[in-house]
Amino acid sequence: MRAFCGLIRQELRLGMRQGGDIGLVLGFFVLAVILFPFGIGPEPELLRRVAAGIVWVAALLAAVLSLDRLFAADYADGGLDQIALSAMPLEMAVLAKSAAHWLTTGLPLVIVSPLLAMLVDLDPAALPSLVLGLLLGTPAMSLVGAIAAGLSLGARRPAVLTTLLVLPLYLPPLIFGTGAVEASLAAEGARAHLLLLAALTVAAVPLAPLAAAAALRQALD
Amino acid sequence: MPPFSATAELIGENLACRRGERFVFAGLDCRIAPGDALVLTGPNGSGKSSLLRLLATLLARAAGRMLWGGIPVEDDWPGYRAAIHYFGHLDGVKPALTPREMLGFWAALRGVHRPAIDAALAAFGIERIADWPCRWLSAGQRRRLALARLIAAPAPVWLLDEPAAALDADGEARLAAAMASHRAAGGRVVVATHQPLALPGAATLALDRFAAARDPIAI
Repeated sequence: MRAFCGLIRQELRLGMRQGGDIGLVLGFFVLAVILFPFGIGPEPELLRRVAAGIVWVAALLAAVLSLDRLFAADYADGGLDQIALSAMPLEMAVLAKSAAHWLTTGLPLVIVSPLLAMLVDLDPAALPSLVLGLLLGTPAMSLVGAIAAGLSLGARRPAVLTTLLVLPLYLPPLIFGTGAVEASLAAEGARAHLLLLAALTVAAVPLAPLAAAAALRQALD
Repeated sequence: MPPFSATAELIGENLACRRGERFVFAGLDCRIAPGDALVLTGPNGSGKSSLLRLLATLLARAAGRMLWGGIPVEDDWPGYRAAIHYFGHLDGVKPALTPREMLGFWAALRGVHRPAIDAALAAFGIERIADWPCRWLSAGQRRRLALARLIAAPAPVWLLDEPAAALDADGEARLAAAMASHRAAGGRVVVATHQPLALPGAATLALDRFAAARDPIAI
């Protein structure tokens, strides 16, 4: 437990000191959302129709942008050796890393998402299901991302490989996340979609660390 | 420094390491008793670093057994990992953190309750820079910091890969003193080095004797 908390604390401290990483992710998120009205035209009707999709896709791409930092720095500077030899199983270390990744990227994205939703004129009635959906879905994205980040260690262009590996895996949260917004716009109730998002995260908590730890062991060997 | 379990021996039997199709070494036996020091020698590529990583369980072995205190290490991973300190070429020092924070983190990773951070900083003469960001540190200072984690979170077996690289004369003397007091307290040291280190009574293991390139063995 001491090792688990110590790793999270160190990751958060690094995230704070190198504030650029968080700023980069948020900046990308904001810019990507702002680009859409320029690309598809500023008609409010059209924007309102695709608002949820825009925010979700932009959040997803912003999360991917930061994934290659998850293990790459530790792999390059030898810190991963110390983590692998720590008092906790490697799976727990992956869980700690993913949690810290979510706290430094997923959570800030969730916090600024209402602002961006207003920017693309999302119906305020659908705002709770958008934010709640992101809150439930982004942890799964950090966890699944850890698998891709682990697998691409040692590759020649790990950032590109991580993106290619992880984007197809982000389809389920994207589908249920936008589905939740659609459902609440149609006054059907977003409960089922949100429950499925929560289920994705709950399933990823035990399963993703197993896969990511196996990938890390392969990279260390 | 606390005395370590007085009787536990680290024994490697018939160890082999394979990289792709090629065996780096094979049929290697080693035995490290309390207070022992083992110096690994051999030309570049003879497998010194591989043997250290193998002993640290970071590298899967192609054959052989490893026993810690008479128990195969597979039967008690956490116990064995708590017993070893691996010190490799790469130091894992984060430029944005301070030496004090790094040592605290390394000790926390090992689950140590009250790390001896001040003693560790003093042992390698880096108290003065304890609160600087590590990006200001020289290569030798980073090396000293990485070595200080051996003191901050004690473990009975030290696996050191070229620990004296980038160290000045004072750093080498401090390293020798740290290894001497570690062994005096019942610790064990396995070290791969090209430089002569002050290790009285150390055994030597020449790795080129175990090169197995020409006699491939069945797995």
